[in-house]
Amino acid sequence: MPSTRHALIAGIAGIAVLVTGCAGAGGGSTSGDGGEGASINVLMVGNPQMEDIAKLTKDTFTKDTGITVNFTILPENELRDKVTQDIATQAGQYDVATIGAYEVPIWNENGWLHELGTYAGKDPGFDTADLLKPMVQSLSGSDGKLYALPFYGESSFLMYNKEIMAEKGVTVPERPTWDEVADIAAKVDGARPGMKGICLRGLPGWGELGAPLTSVVNTFGGTWFTKDWQAQVNSPAFKKATNFYVDLVKKHGEAGAPQAGFTECLNAMSQGKVAMWYDATSAAGSLEDPSVSKVAGKVGYAYAPVMETKSSGWLWAWAWAMPKTTKKADAASKFMLWASGKEYEKLVGEKLGWARVPAGKRASTYEIPEYKKASAAFGDITLKSIEEADPANPGVQPRPTVGIQFVAIPEFQDLGTKVTQEISAAIAGKTSVDEALNNGQKLAEEVAKKQQ
Amino acid sequence: MTTLIDTPKPAPPPARPRTSAGIEKWRRRVPLLPALIFTIAVTQLPFVATLAISTFQWNILQPGERHFTGLSNYAFVFTDERLRAAVLNTIVLTASVVLISVLLGLGLALLLDRRFAGRGLARTLLIAPFLVMPVASALLWKHAIYNPDYGLLNGTLNAVYRFFGAANGPTVDWVSSFPMPAVVLSLVWQWTPFMMLILLAGLQAQPHDVLEAAGVDGATPLETFRFITLPHLRRYIELGILLGTIYVVQTFDAVFTITQGGPGSETTNLPYEIYLTMFRKYEYGEAAAAGVVVVIGSIIIATFALRTIASLFREEASR
Repeated sequence: MPSTRHALIAGIAGIAVLVTGCAGAGGGSTSGDGGEGASINVLMVGNPQMEDIAKLTKDTFTKDTGITVNFTILPENELRDKVTQDIATQAGQYDVATIGAYEVPIWNENGWLHELGTYAGKDPGFDTADLLKPMVQSLSGSDGKLYALPFYGESSFLMYNKEIMAEKGVTVPERPTWDEVADIAAKVDGARPGMKGICLRGLPGWGELGAPLTSVVNTFGGTWFTKDWQAQVNSPAFKKATNFYVDLVKKHGEAGAPQAGFTECLNAMSQGKVAMWYDATSAAGSLEDPSVSKVAGKVGYAYAPVMETKSSGWLWAWAWAMPKTTKKADAASKFMLWASGKEYEKLVGEKLGWARVPAGKRASTYEIPEYKKASAAFGDITLKSIEEADPANPGVQPRPTVGIQFVAIPEFQDLGTKVTQEISAAIAGKTSVDEALNNGQKLAEEVAKKQQ
Repeated sequence: MTTLIDTPKPAPPPARPRTSAGIEKWRRRVPLLPALIFTIAVTQLPFVATLAISTFQWNILQPGERHFTGLSNYAFVFTDERLRAAVLNTIVLTASVVLISVLLGLGLALLLDRRFAGRGLARTLLIAPFLVMPVASALLWKHAIYNPDYGLLNGTLNAVYRFFGAANGPTVDWVSSFPMPAVVLSLVWQWTPFMMLILLAGLQAQPHDVLEAAGVDGATPLETFRFITLPHLRRYIELGILLGTIYVVQTFDAVFTITQGGPGSETTNLPYEIYLTMFRKYEYGEAAAAGVVVVIGSIIIATFALRTIASLFREEASR
């Protein structure tokens, strides 16, 4: 009976498809490691610095070591979705992934990350001591060992349009207070038709609105949680800070504030729609690029505004981490050490221009004459902001976890997103700050209960 | 036995052909079985897995704490305030999008049902929004139309103000001031062509002799529409509403892109809330339970849709 035989073959083929399908989903490749012919998969966030390394790797790193690097580049939110799932489910698809200061302590606690300090110590050219101390601190586990290598780092500061300030006869102090910033915002609001005083993020998200807001809360004397995990979201200091932030955005902030995140503010500032902007130091590179910015060369920089603390800049690093699931630890570590090393910075400077160097992680970067020249306007203040940032002690009271603009617990992604949703609604005028924070307090109390 | 069955008999006893037909049936079915098993595996196993996951307390950020929790995730789904608000938003969003686009679609279909020069071109242009990818359409609405700085709406407002001598119009932040209408409008733009196509098909299936007879009997166009066209269109309208509902309930792109569910959670619908549970909270159990509830809801709506389609076919066949 020919049809039965066909059926049998078809059946086997069908089962084979199923089986190989499953195998493909579960197992990583087991080809050779380390030397010639190895290939590693790297997942990274789609920032300009990452796009640069994707361009430069083939002709330099791969040529020298014979290690092929396959890059996957995703926007920040999608990257977080993907990398968290890949690592948490032990899928093992990637040998290297970019993660930040928020993920390192949490993931390390779960035992998902390779220790990297040993690899860095063995490489004589890497010079771990050159890495900025706050970077090392925020990328280390509770055991003090390094679990991610910084690619570039940032703090936050105030950027302002010097032309507009001069027109209005305003001087921005080098270390302004938030009250001074609010005054200046009122004075320069409407300096040009449609121009607003300041851009502050209003887009929900723990990494969007949550970042600048939390740095304001810190300096107003507030905190998300006390050292022994008491939720403080509707405490007087947190309320005062949030009211200040929401009022400032409502009165003198950018148009469409509840939908404005980093990108929208970068657009507003570089197109001359706002006179000031408080955000990441890494934005300066784009603002000073005349091909995309109308205000290149006209921007002044001041330290992150403060109230009760000495400094209030945040701290963030995009860093290379190696999931424990990787089977190519040697090849992956070679890539990470190269990408975070001094030689790579020089390579970018020479090939693509010195302003594009992935800075903010090494003290030596700021001593390179070419980089000093390219970053004259913002280099020093960036470095000092990062050095002054104290991730262990960013406010006026002791903290339960390390972190300035976030709380390093797994629940914070959800908590931060939901609370900032409420605050964004307050900016839109749909609810009051009090109501938003009272709702936030309930969510925070639930989170605190799990931590106690 | 094989040779025996194949030989034709003048009057076969009733039992024999049934077995032979049975074997014949299986000879045809067996080669298809792998495909069937494959289909079941790829379509049904994920759902079974979702059912299983929905009974677990499982947060992927806290490995080692996964455990069976029975139906507590479902209890959470039905008692959580945010999810209830999301259900309400989903209903408001779906109902308004479907009803408005059916009405607009009906209007356009009535216009397109008449002969005029360039009808083909007009039809193609009207269908275009339905062919745009949902994300692309959402981006278009968010940036090109609603943006308070450079969007079309404020641009037009400003132009009108300037025409009357004012320096600048008001800067309206459309998405924050009118979040739900903003999402609804962009979806109506996308779904009206779909409704129009279905209703146009319905209109063109109208028997002309009946319409002529109505004219001869002295019915006004309005009466003809009210008493003949509309009853005829009823099934098509129902079909449009049901198919539209099934798809619009699942809306994610517009909410994610235009409002991010905000301000607050004013436009957070079920799919977006499930996304947040899955990718911000990483609570797989809760997300799976919410997903199962949505699937059951969709199946109920879909059953009605299928019934309508079936009755349409019956009508066509009986004609």
